[in-house]
Order: sequence, then structure tokens, then C-alpha cells
Amino acid sequence: MTEKTAIPQASQPTRLTGAEIVWATLAGEGVRDVFGYPGGAILPIYDALRKYPIRHVLVRHEQGAAHMADGYARASGKVGVAIGTSGPGATNLVTGIATAMMDSVPLVCITGQISSKLLGTDAFQEVDITGITLPITKHNYVVTRAQDIAPVLREAFLIAHSGRPGPVLVDITKDAQQGLADFDFDAAAPLPHRPHPMLSAEHDAICEATELILEAKRPIILAGHGILDSGAMDQVRTLAERLHIPVASTLLGISAFPASHALSLGMMGMHGEAWVNQAIQQSDLLIACGMRFDDRVTGVLASYAPNAKKIHIEIDPSEVNKNVKVDVALIGDLREVLETILPQIAPRKDATWLRAVNALKGDAAVRDIKNLPDLGHLYAAHVIHDLWRATEGNAIVVTDVGQHQMWEAQYYKHDSPRTLITSGGLGTMGYALPAAIGAKIACPEKEVWVIAGDGGFQMTSAELSTVMQEHLNINIAVINNGFLGMVRQWQEFMYESNYACSPILSPDFVKLADAHGIAGATVRKRSEVLPAVEAARGSDKPFLINFMVEKEDAVYPMIAPGSALDEMIRRPSNGYNPLLETTEEP
Amino acid sequence: MLHTFVALVEDKPGVLTRVASLFRRLNINIISLTVGHSERSDVSRMTIVAEAVPGSGHRIKASLFKLENVLDVDDVGQLSCVTRELALIKVAATPQTRVPIFQLAEIFRARIVDLAPESLMLEITGAASKIEGLIQVLNEGENQILEISRTGRMVMRRGQHTSRVLDAMRVASPEEEPVIPVTATSGDGSLEVFSGDPNHPL
Repeated sequence: MTEKTAIPQASQPTRLTGAEIVWATLAGEGVRDVFGYPGGAILPIYDALRKYPIRHVLVRHEQGAAHMADGYARASGKVGVAIGTSGPGATNLVTGIATAMMDSVPLVCITGQISSKLLGTDAFQEVDITGITLPITKHNYVVTRAQDIAPVLREAFLIAHSGRPGPVLVDITKDAQQGLADFDFDAAAPLPHRPHPMLSAEHDAICEATELILEAKRPIILAGHGILDSGAMDQVRTLAERLHIPVASTLLGISAFPASHALSLGMMGMHGEAWVNQAIQQSDLLIACGMRFDDRVTGVLASYAPNAKKIHIEIDPSEVNKNVKVDVALIGDLREVLETILPQIAPRKDATWLRAVNALKGDAAVRDIKNLPDLGHLYAAHVIHDLWRATEGNAIVVTDVGQHQMWEAQYYKHDSPRTLITSGGLGTMGYALPAAIGAKIACPEKEVWVIAGDGGFQMTSAELSTVMQEHLNINIAVINNGFLGMVRQWQEFMYESNYACSPILSPDFVKLADAHGIAGATVRKRSEVLPAVEAARGSDKPFLINFMVEKEDAVYPMIAPGSALDEMIRRPSNGYNPLLETTEEP
Repeated sequence: MLHTFVALVEDKPGVLTRVASLFRRLNINIISLTVGHSERSDVSRMTIVAEAVPGSGHRIKASLFKLENVLDVDDVGQLSCVTRELALIKVAATPQTRVPIFQLAEIFRARIVDLAPESLMLEITGAASKIEGLIQVLNEGENQILEISRTGRMVMRRGQHTSRVLDAMRVASPEEEPVIPVTATSGDGSLEVFSGDPNHPL
């Protein structure tokens, strides 16, 4: 990188090329890191990069760029930026954009486009990316003139992080990049974001909700991703502590409420622990905070929480009464709504319900965890549990998708916000490695662990080169069972163990890592887990551990599709519990 | 159940696609969609009639508002609005067979806008039930309909009326209908003629 230009001051509009305006606008928006891959239609933009103090991470596949921007955004709370060229570069971003859309992650994706004069002629590397991404972006733009670049980009950033966050795509034609225009960052400011017209947290509804909360005998807080987006962690905690309300979490809500807290129940839903789902089915009030009653969380809707009234605090009106009919809807910013309610909630001493729930916990914990036979096999649950212990629960963990993802949710206890990064809504395999790269660049001083299965890891393993090119110290745990584990589990439970196309052959991951210049080790026994983890942690270079785990292990409990929340398949009883190390519960 | 939405949207390229795409991904069938300029410059007015389960109006409206180009959305009920659509109907007609069609046109207050040796063209404006009625009667009379072109439903809320006027509107038919009994064949439930019930679900 050669000498950098200072960002032009607002008072002196400068004449710049469209390409320079892109970087100047990004810099003005506070962007310091972007993830991308050059190409013909975006060359002018790449040529202008050298004049601006922004770090560009070269990926190996544009899907990686989108996931990196996503992991960056989730770890930092800022808007992530991914850049690709036209045609295949743009279409390669699509999976990552859809991933961000489903999990409400703020992204701005910039794609090059052929010259506006050639649009619609099936030119080389032309694709209608705005048409393709219509359903998976909050909004998207085609920019054909240099003078539109700054206002559009600034508006894109505003849309990406306002209200319910999400991805925005800006497609910039080559002639727009090459054209000249006056650049004035402040003049390009967008109109203030219009809040959704159907927000409503009126006084009457607040009073009704408060009354329900105070009267409830068996309340549960359902903690979702919205708590992190709204920054309402303290408010949720205060509410829970004042009335001893247990807190159940969605997958994406994990880390919004400290897992080690006495009131924390853990994850609910399809692979939630038994006591969480049982408590919900017995509850008389559900306080849903920033969650959307996804089908993974509710089981079959007809029998979901039959005795409970429901309060839904949610910023997106289209999510209210979508799956579950609620009794009180407070449609607005979670933190603001809770701030209005909390003054009416006085602390209480009665902890009867909490004790009842803990009693459920004791029994179910014994049944599920204790029934994992060891007999020399290595179980993923062991690996995750030991990793949690070794990192003291303080690492940022980025998972891929599948059985290991569910075991991570069950066995790694997250106490700090934004420390679990995982693809929930779309369930995108291949997410982990690039998202971890993004997270590490966002939080360089934090310890970052990838936990991926052998299937998902292979999908984006090329990004190991990115790890090396960027000199990132990321630790990688591959949970290797020779199968597409979750697919195999469903085939075992529901398709009479017809393992059609689920056994998968992988490379020797340690050799693969070595080919990239990354150190590694293979672990086959429980006794080898901790030494390998410590070797990874002790090194200031990236490290990959290939955990050869039990091939046909299943995630328990499991709620089969069509079953109610408390009709879960439990781990078969076997007497011996290898996970029980001391008297304290894992 | 049919829902009718009136959306005010920015007059920009691609807005129509965004709205149509939204309905498609909500898996909701659009029965008709009409769009044109509104009273505000740079703002277009879209009227969308969609088939969706009862109670889904809130979600559709909320989802429409999430589109950046949508400025306002109204989920309109039936009796508080004036509903119109326009149809052009070309019917096969020779000088020997056209006179009965003239009479039908007069009854339905349709206009003859084209007269040719082998065909004539009718223009009719009104509620969907009136248009359906004319089509049904033309078919019953063994007239060969050559072409039909319809605009789709357009809707506008009535002004603020006094309660007496509103009561009167509920009791009488909201608009004059032709003498020939019309049943709602379009399935859009515009049974204004026969159902003076303000609590009718449609």
C-alpha cells in the first residue's frame, strides 16, 4: 500500500472518479476492513483502493467474502462489507447474502456490473444480480452514474443497520466507476430512517404486558437474537433477576444472557435440553424478547406452550402473529420497551417456579448426559466440553452447520455477548471458516475457534489460504465422523438408517492444513483432547485439530418434525456417564 | 379470502417487481394488480387484489411496509370504498345479430366503442360483479366473445360521511345494478347487491 489520501473534508467538494467515491464513502462511513475478490467489471474500484486507508482481505471464493463480512458484523456489531465483480462473482455472493438475510445481519455488498450501455445484452459476465437478490436483501440498487454512488452507498448503510438489520446490495456499473463527479460526503447523507409505520408499544399494551408479567406464576423469558441487536442484555437480565424468571434461548440468542447464570436454562427447541422444553410447555407466560418463534424452536405449533399467555417484544411487525398468536405485542425496540416496563417491576422473593424448573433440570441432565458411554470412543460432546473448559468459556466460537453445531450449543457455555457466531436461519454449511476470519479481523485480540464438521469444512476450506495471507491466529476444530452427521441422524431416525449419500470421504485435514502452511494434529482419544487444545492455544499461529469422533452418534434430545415440544426423543439409557467429571453439573 | 391493498409507492424502476416478488415469496396469489400515477408527483398508486387466508392482512401490510420504495399501505374493506374496474369486450356480431347486444349494453350501461361488420366492442366500467354479469349474460345469449381485456380492480375510500349516510349506504345497494340477477361468479365476493350486512367478512 502506497501513500494514502486524506478523506476529503465536507466543505470542499472534490472531483473524483466513481471508483474513488466508493472508497471515500466507505471510509466516511467508518469502514476499515472489507472482504472481496476482483474481476473485470470492478477493476476501476480496485485500482482506486491504494489511495484509501481501508484493509482489503482477498478471499478464495466470493461466498467466503460474504460470510467473512457476516462474521465481522456479528462479532463487532458494525456493518460488514463484501465486494465482488459482475456475473459469477456476484452470484457467488448469493448464499452468503441469503445467510445474512435469514439471521438479520447488517451487510453492504458491492458488485461490479458491466457498462450501463450494455445492460440487457447478455454481455460477458453480465447477470441481473439485483433481480436475483430481490428476495434476499432488504433493498438493492443499480448505480449507473458516478454522482449517485455516494448517496446510494450512504443510504445502503443506513438501511442495513436500521430497524431489523439485513443485507443490502449495491450494483455499480463500470461506467459509473469510471465517470467523474463531485464528492461531498455530508451532502450525500440519506434522509433519516423512517421507522416502520406499524410499530406500536402504546401505553395500554405496556400496562397489559406489565400486569401479565406481575401476575404470572410460571413465566419464562425467551431470549433471541434481537437482544444482541438492540443491546438489551442488561434490561433482560434485570427483568429476569427481579422476578426470578428463568431464561430460555434460541440458537442465535445464545450469549445474550450469561449461560452460567442461575436463571439460564440454555437453548430451547428441536435440540434443546429436555428441561427447557418441558418448562416451556408448563409455563403460564412466555416473554418473547427479539425472537421469531421459528419452527426449530416451537415444535408443532398446535400444541406449543398450551397454557401460556404470550408477550412478544419485536421490532419487525411482520413477525408478530406470524407463527404463534400472541396476547400482547409490543412492536418496537426491545431495549426501549423494557426500559418502559422495568420501573413497574419490583423485586420479588418468591422463587417457587425456579425451584420447580431446576428440579426438572436435575432429572433431565442426569438422564441425557450420563447416558453417554465412553469405552474408549471420542465423542464430540467431550471435545466441546473440554474446549469450553480450556478456554474458560471466553473464546469467540464460530460453528458450521450440523450435529457439531447443536453439541456446541449444548455444551459450550457462553457468558459474553456476541461470542457464538453460527448460521441459524439458513443453516449454511461452509459458514464457519470464513465467518471466523471475519470475526478475528473484527476482534483481533480475542481467541477465535472454528468448530466445523468434516462435510461443512470441505465446502470452504480454500479460505485456509486467506488465513495465511492475512496472518490470522485462528484455531480450527474439525469434528470428523466420516458422515454428513445430521443427515445421517435423520436417516437413522426417519429413513430406517438408509444412509443414502451421507458417508463422505475427506482429505487428511492435518495434511491439508500443512499444505497451507498451517500446523495441526489429529486426536483420537479423550486423553489427547486437552493437550491438542493447549498446543493450539499456546501457538500464535493458526492451528487445526482433526478430532476423529464416534461415527454414529446422535444429537439428543431431538424433537422430530410434527412432534410437540415435550415429545422429545431421548438418549437411550445406559448407566455410565463419562461426562460427569465431578459433583458439579457440566 | 380476497384482500385488497392500496399501496403508494415511489415511482422508480423496479418497484412493481419488488411488490410482485414479495407476494410470490409469501406464496400469495395476486388476482389483479393495477398501477398508475397518484395525486402526488413521483408517487404511484398500486391496487393489489390478493387471495390469502383470513387474518393475514396484517402480515402482508407489514411486509409491504418493509419494502424501501413503499410509502403507504391501506388494507381496504369493501363497504367503505368505491370499487371500479374497466373492461373492453369484443363480441362477434353481424348486422343481423347485433341489435340484442345493443340492448344488453344499454341495460348494463356499457358503451359501444367499436362497430365492425363481424364484431363490436363494448366498454364497461363498474364493480367486478357488474362486469362478470355482462360477460355471463353474453355467454348465455350464445354470443361469441372474441376478446376480453380487464384492468383489475381499482379502489378508493369514500369520504368521511355522517352516520346517517353510512347507515343508508349499508341498507341500500352501494351502486345501481342491472335488472338481471347477478351472482358473483368472480369469487371476489363483491356481493354488495345482496348483502347489506356491514359485518359480511368481505
